[in-house]
Amino acid sequence: MTTDTIKKQRRGLHLGNRFRALPKSARIAALIAFVVLLYVLPVKGFYENLGLPIPAGDGYLPLYTTRSDMANVLFQCGYYILLALGLNVVLGYAGLLDLGFFGFFAVGAYTVALLTSPDSKLITEYNWLESPWPWLVTVPIAVALAMLSGVLLGWPTLRLRGDYLAIVTLGFAEIIRIVAKNQDWILNGDRGIPSVAHPPGTWSDGSPIFGIIDWSPYYWLVLTVIILVIFLIRNLANSRVGRAWVAIREDEDAAELMGVSTFKFKLWAFAIGAAIGGLSGSLWAGQANFVNSATFSLENSILVLAAVVLGGAGSIGGAILGGFLVIYVPEWLRSVGDVFGWPDSVEVFGVHIDVSPTSLRFVIFGALLIVVMIYRPQGLWPNRRRAAELKDRQKEVAPVE
Amino acid sequence: MSERKPLLEVDNVTLRFGGVVALNQVNFTLYEGEILGLIGPNGAGKTTCFNAMTGVYLPTEGQIRFKGEQVSGKKRNKITKMGMARTFQNIRLFPEMTALENVLVGADAHNTTSVPTALLRLPKHWREERQSRARGLELLDFVGITGRSDDQARNLSYGDQRRLEIARALATNPALLCLDEPAAGFNPAEKVALLELIKKIRDSGVTVLLIEHDMRLVMGVTDRIVVLEFGKKIAEGTPEEVRDNPKVVAAYLGVPDAA
Repeated sequence: MTTDTIKKQRRGLHLGNRFRALPKSARIAALIAFVVLLYVLPVKGFYENLGLPIPAGDGYLPLYTTRSDMANVLFQCGYYILLALGLNVVLGYAGLLDLGFFGFFAVGAYTVALLTSPDSKLITEYNWLESPWPWLVTVPIAVALAMLSGVLLGWPTLRLRGDYLAIVTLGFAEIIRIVAKNQDWILNGDRGIPSVAHPPGTWSDGSPIFGIIDWSPYYWLVLTVIILVIFLIRNLANSRVGRAWVAIREDEDAAELMGVSTFKFKLWAFAIGAAIGGLSGSLWAGQANFVNSATFSLENSILVLAAVVLGGAGSIGGAILGGFLVIYVPEWLRSVGDVFGWPDSVEVFGVHIDVSPTSLRFVIFGALLIVVMIYRPQGLWPNRRRAAELKDRQKEVAPVE
Repeated sequence: MSERKPLLEVDNVTLRFGGVVALNQVNFTLYEGEILGLIGPNGAGKTTCFNAMTGVYLPTEGQIRFKGEQVSGKKRNKITKMGMARTFQNIRLFPEMTALENVLVGADAHNTTSVPTALLRLPKHWREERQSRARGLELLDFVGITGRSDDQARNLSYGDQRRLEIARALATNPALLCLDEPAAGFNPAEKVALLELIKKIRDSGVTVLLIEHDMRLVMGVTDRIVVLEFGKKIAEGTPEEVRDNPKVVAAYLGVPDAA
């Protein structure tokens, strides 16, 4: 068999290639159908019309998370997907290991909170603002500030490589969290900032679109933002900028000697990632209503990193899949027990042990992560180029017999 | 030869790594339009000299001037933009990029599309992209790997990878192309083809600096040769002069014992 036919066979098996082989009209139609599906996901009626009635109480449906509000879960997935997309630019494209990515999320969230809350100290104590600003105005400011913090962090640290950069960024996120926790003069520590504004808009009956009870509008908002961000990132990836990033990731010295301003493009990657992180934070703050330091713990940064690695670094699809799974799977696991009649607790020698999927969900999820990383280290939906790089590196470590 | 314009001047360059003197007051000048060979036994300091020129190392003493401008201390990507491009002794392509993309990275050295332009897909992005692509394909053709543009660099044969490296360097539009042992690992037929390619590059108006082990290749293609040994220049001249220079013969073959 010639290598060409082998190649063709392999291409035939590849789902992405099959999709690309479809006529353009079919591809666009499929994409639109998929996007519409995404928009109806939180609508209960949709599941009923599928012939999957939602049972009263703790019923179980294959998709619907019954123990937590579906729209709520989807919104959380949404801002994690956004975070994963941002980190994907930094880690996936430019190959910079950023362990403190959630710090930019915090910058975005705090900016929105400080500017829109009537209880913000900017208003109550310092009189910098006369009245709270509307949410929409503060989002660009939040994004800009997050970007600025990315540049400020990147400027001195991007001269470092690999592990050293990881440690410094880790420190950055922790500094933000600890400062937010311990100082009182503006961010108000653990007591936080209440009454953060929601996004604007009212239904025809006068009730706000972005209320407290129904989370679906927040999900639709974040979904729309995600679609926009994907377009912009794709524009970057398929340009001089994207090429520079890949070149830096593959061989930084060679890239520099070929005329790539490595520092400039690394800084751009950092700034863009930070901006997307800040955007995610401002969307989250618009929903959360209350922002305090407890939200920004280190495990969130790690979870975003897990999302990117799980999905497959360097691929937009992977970042989306990863961001979705790290939130969705644990929430979904909460309701899984209801199907099998799994007990919430068992009694061993008179001691009640909590074995409900709700409390074990992170254990199960962690185990699943390990399994995926063992059998699919390149991620679930890898960028083919990065998958190949990983394989090459594995060969260097352990030559194939 | 009259009125030759110096392109690169290596002026009394010394480079020390701790106690090791890798280059010791090396002097030579490279004139526009010539092919200069830089030869010497293993460890003579050829690649070190290269690295000092392209900004990888900073000379301890002395100056390197390119087009009359001081090179040492400049950023490496700036030096490339000034018009000095190089290949590597051990191939350093971007292995997972396609051949064309590799060349595009080189061509990007003179493009100016940055994040805002690319984000909004402004006309400049499309124009540069189109021009670079055309130029890239042209260069792949020029070095003789037509038709491999969409193959990943890692999947090219060894010889084609060497050629691709040359194409990538040429894409930066250099006035001076530095080739670091481009014939390493080549069979005689490939060497002959490479010789033709180097001449073709010179004829297209690019000055070439060639580090090479293979004496036959160096003799066949270069206009002048500089010989290094233990970090010192021991000879300079036309291939014939260098070949007959007893110091060079001694460096390469050893001196018979005066017993």
